[in-house]
Amino acid sequence: MSDHEYTPKSKVGKWFNDRLPLLTLANHLTDYPTPKNLNYWWTFGGILTFCLITQIITGIVLGMHYVAHADLAFQSVEHIMRDVNYGWLIRYVHANGASMFFLAVYIHIFRSLYYGSYKSPREVIWIIGMLIYFLMMATAFMGYVLPWGQMSFWGATVITNLFSAIPLVGESITNWLWGGYSVDNPTLTRFFSLHYLFPFLILGLVVLHIWALHVPGNNNPIGIDIKKPSKDTVPFHPYIVIKDAFALLIFLLIFAFFVFFSPNILGHADNYIEANPLVTPAHIVPEWYLLPFYAILRSVPDKLLGVIAMFAAIFVLVILPWLDTSKVRSTVFRPIYKQFYWFLVADVLILGYVGAMPAEGLYLLTARVATAYYFAHFLIILPFLGLKEKTTPLPLSITEPVLGGSADMAMARNNSDFKEKL
Amino acid sequence: MSDSEKKKPNRRDFIVTATTAAGAVGVGAVVWPLVDQMNPDASVKALASTEVDISAVEPGQSITVLWRGKPVFIKRRTQDEIDSARAVDLSELKHPEKDEDRAKNPEWLVMLGVCTHLGCVPLNDKGDYGAWFCPCHGSHYDTSGRIRKGPAPTNMEIPKYEFVNSNTIKIG
Repeated sequence: MSDHEYTPKSKVGKWFNDRLPLLTLANHLTDYPTPKNLNYWWTFGGILTFCLITQIITGIVLGMHYVAHADLAFQSVEHIMRDVNYGWLIRYVHANGASMFFLAVYIHIFRSLYYGSYKSPREVIWIIGMLIYFLMMATAFMGYVLPWGQMSFWGATVITNLFSAIPLVGESITNWLWGGYSVDNPTLTRFFSLHYLFPFLILGLVVLHIWALHVPGNNNPIGIDIKKPSKDTVPFHPYIVIKDAFALLIFLLIFAFFVFFSPNILGHADNYIEANPLVTPAHIVPEWYLLPFYAILRSVPDKLLGVIAMFAAIFVLVILPWLDTSKVRSTVFRPIYKQFYWFLVADVLILGYVGAMPAEGLYLLTARVATAYYFAHFLIILPFLGLKEKTTPLPLSITEPVLGGSADMAMARNNSDFKEKL
Repeated sequence: MSDSEKKKPNRRDFIVTATTAAGAVGVGAVVWPLVDQMNPDASVKALASTEVDISAVEPGQSITVLWRGKPVFIKRRTQDEIDSARAVDLSELKHPEKDEDRAKNPEWLVMLGVCTHLGCVPLNDKGDYGAWFCPCHGSHYDTSGRIRKGPAPTNMEIPKYEFVNSNTIKIG
């Protein structure tokens, strides 16, 4: 937080600000000192805020036309698509918006993993982020149930049945979740209610996420602590605002491509068939953004252990700040970790791929190996590597490698990540 | 920058203006669907006309049908009612309209059964003029559905309608 006191120029502004310091907040957000070497991977925070607002606005609009009832939900979605003015556009923005939201959040998370943004003093930012991510998955899952198509119905059945794996009380819990003995109208109406609620919880957590960020300030691509404000920083406005806006524009081009040219490519055709409790689709898969976890679930041949593995895959991320023992934040200065980082990226992509494939033969074997590697990365490689790895020397400031000429700095400059922003 | 330079628009001014203009168009294109989605949709517009069978309506009787979610009164007037509606001097009326203009076929009065004050449905065969009376705030209408007494500003509205044949009216 900037330490200087702010006084509004106008009398009215001062009167108001003494009573509710909104102008001080606005001034803080404008002047907020930001590392001057932030690259485009840092623009996804703004993009994600945009995604959340888009989902809330389009969601409120869809809620005006949607009917949460097992007999009417499917028809009401078709009504939105065919009758409501621009209903097709608003629904496609909402449906593809969920995918774009997850695309952005995965980039945001992997940005943190690469540059060590989860490490001290930013653990709380990271944990709040993981809570947001978890709520996003829950919200997206419940939203996918609302159209009451075949994938909605059977996705809801499969995911809620995860809880039946819990010993002794499993059946009572699933019946409680369903409000009956199967997924039916009571399930649909409660999912609608919670699907409407959760985005506002996410919004609240986003405020905390940003607040927690503004205490230590942004991490940066070389991951060193910097003085704020100093010649290593630039004010948030206009420098970061304009950069975020430009990145958002590029992101919107991709977003618009999906909405206007292939709005259904990320969905499943089966969801245009109304829910039928008597017939399960031949091949049931979740939305793409849940596939890695789905692969982990299926790779374990025991019901309870599979569910535990799936939730552990998320929980292991929450405790990541204490699993990574390295004091150096940025991967730029960790030559060995850098390789493991890319192995992890590949591993998650492989898990996503096999998650979409039938759970048999080579796919199942691959899923098992990839699951084992996923946990090994966090539970074995990270703790040990942090203690053993010889990191390259850190620059003293962001400005130093630009101005200086020592061998260490030349090395830092030769780094490909570094070249981009010079 | 000197003062003379400031006045001349430069390339940066052009870029700022062009970007702002493009941005404004973009924002408009996003906002309009979000506004327009609240307008009557295709399924509502599809119900814009209603056909009514009037063969069973006796003289003096009135039926009420639903059109666009609102009641429409279809009254088969007696000769007395027609005469009393046509005898009124236009200068007495708050909203002067000839009965001949309101009921092309004098026997049939087709009228939106919505009080023009605040939208309640007036009661039939009530009020000082033996026609319609609105219970909400006491507006009295005559046998032509014209406002005669009370707070309503105008006569009850005549919708667009036509006789498809002698037994059927198409409203809308």
